[in-house]
Amino acid sequence: MKKFWKLMLRNPGGVIGLVIITFAIFIALFGQMIFPTSPWRMVQRPFLPPFTNPMVTLGTDALGRDVFAGLIYGARVSLLVGLVSTTVALTIGVPLGAIAGYFGGKVDDALMRFTEFFQTIPSFPLAIVLVAILQPSIYSIVGSIAIVSWPPVARLVRGEVLSLRTREYVQAAIVTGQSNTWIISREILPNALSPVIVLASLMVANAILLESSLSFLGLGDPNLMSWGYMVGAGRTVIRQAWWITVFPGVAILISVLGMNLIGEGLNDALNPRLAKDSR
Amino acid sequence: MLSFVAQRIVKGVFVLLAIIVMNFFLIRIAPGDPAAVMAGEAGASDAQFVQQLREKFSLDKPLPEQLFIYVKGVASLDLGFSFRQQMPVSKLIAERLPATLLLTLTAFAISLILGITFGTLAARFAGTWADTAITVSALLFYATPIFWVALMSILLFSVYLGWLPSFGYETVGANYSGLAHVKDVALHLIMPAMTIGLFFMATYTRMTRASMLEVKRLDFVKTARAKGLRDNIIQRRHVLRNALLPVVTLAGVHSGTLVGGAVLTETVFAWPGIGRLLYEALLQRDYNLLLGVFVVCSAMVLIFNLVTDLVYRLVDPRIEFAS
Repeated sequence: MKKFWKLMLRNPGGVIGLVIITFAIFIALFGQMIFPTSPWRMVQRPFLPPFTNPMVTLGTDALGRDVFAGLIYGARVSLLVGLVSTTVALTIGVPLGAIAGYFGGKVDDALMRFTEFFQTIPSFPLAIVLVAILQPSIYSIVGSIAIVSWPPVARLVRGEVLSLRTREYVQAAIVTGQSNTWIISREILPNALSPVIVLASLMVANAILLESSLSFLGLGDPNLMSWGYMVGAGRTVIRQAWWITVFPGVAILISVLGMNLIGEGLNDALNPRLAKDSR
Repeated sequence: MLSFVAQRIVKGVFVLLAIIVMNFFLIRIAPGDPAAVMAGEAGASDAQFVQQLREKFSLDKPLPEQLFIYVKGVASLDLGFSFRQQMPVSKLIAERLPATLLLTLTAFAISLILGITFGTLAARFAGTWADTAITVSALLFYATPIFWVALMSILLFSVYLGWLPSFGYETVGANYSGLAHVKDVALHLIMPAMTIGLFFMATYTRMTRASMLEVKRLDFVKTARAKGLRDNIIQRRHVLRNALLPVVTLAGVHSGTLVGGAVLTETVFAWPGIGRLLYEALLQRDYNLLLGVFVVCSAMVLIFNLVTDLVYRLVDPRIEFAS
């Protein structure tokens, strides 16, 4: 663990990513206590430009709502959707991939066809269709993002399991009569963890992008302020009020960048051999 | 070669069939009784009319039979009827498809050309400021939401600089013909195509760079160097050609995302393609149209995947066609 942190901290990008995401998590957790202004409340006249009123630093939108408050509340939605949908995608992808890789043969064939099928379907249109049909809510958004993002996990885990199951310690476990579940969960999966962690961090970044795109199109949860929704709402008045679209966009950009940087840092730290090679 | 193509087409048809079946069930879980929804969309809702609709669209038949009728319909390019627009879905899509093809193919070309160029440059000058500049900007573009890039470019190039038109496919009411028309469309195409192109350019840049650096260390490159070949030739013939393989694979995988990007950019730029159509269907909760566009998007991706697969095999003669 100590070694891991040392390697992680040696990567400047990874450190920047960690700082960004730590800050974002802090805002998501405590932002609403520090800045209690509701992002739905009219606080000032509409279209108040930024940096003119110290109480409303980033200006107001077309309905006089505080843009800064929107950014604070939106952080929670973005991170929550990013983390939860990735977790759900992992709980679908990891078992599927592990079963396919461990049992091989017909099971593998069937599961991989199924995975391939989901990988061929254009993911963003599928997410749109699913959210539209299930009606926009935080649950349908998380579910749809998870459904379009699990296939790479299944493929990655399958590949790892396929190569690990021929190792001697796994063979030994089979010979001693351990159950399949035990072997997969205790012997194989822990050793396949590093690449999954790296992939997961990149998936969080992708999920944040997907959520913002869905909200931008008007498919966000109507009860939650999100960055994508803010950009979408400001779109029609972009000529009069640039700040309504610019600030939330920057917020999305920075969080996604942070997660991607963490992913690369993790990749370097968890696969030191690969990292050295690519330099 | 021929049997490989046939095999892939058969597989594609099966996937498409599965998507159509999935579509059928998605329509069924859409909220509301389809007949009642259709009647509402058509502006009338008395019980008799609903019953008529139910019979007309065979909604009174058992589910498997409905599925069969639906699949048969899609096979003959009948994707249902859009009551909101009062037009068959397939006709609406056919009208919009060319604009989307123009946009996505241009964007695809831009992203590949720029991505490979910048990736090659970054690998060539690995560790210098040029490499850092390219890598950092690729990282930034990769993290920026497409719809936001679209809006920011409108802000910069249309609102402040006034260089490019901010929406549409051509200047409304100008009625240009011949070369003037081509130029007009091209001017409208630049921003949407660049918006999608830049995002994918970022991925290809990163991929090309990583892959070039990897190939560079291989033995055959050392041999080439030992033979005294000029560096330019080694880079182009030995390194780049091999380094491009994973990039082509990635490009194939990305075709689905490309269509997704089109939905966002077409929405922002009011580009009259199927992405914009999807958005309109979404606003009006026009489920027939929504799912029709979805099927067509999927079909596009399947065709695109097939083409990249073939290109891949042409670029790399080591891969056998029969697999």
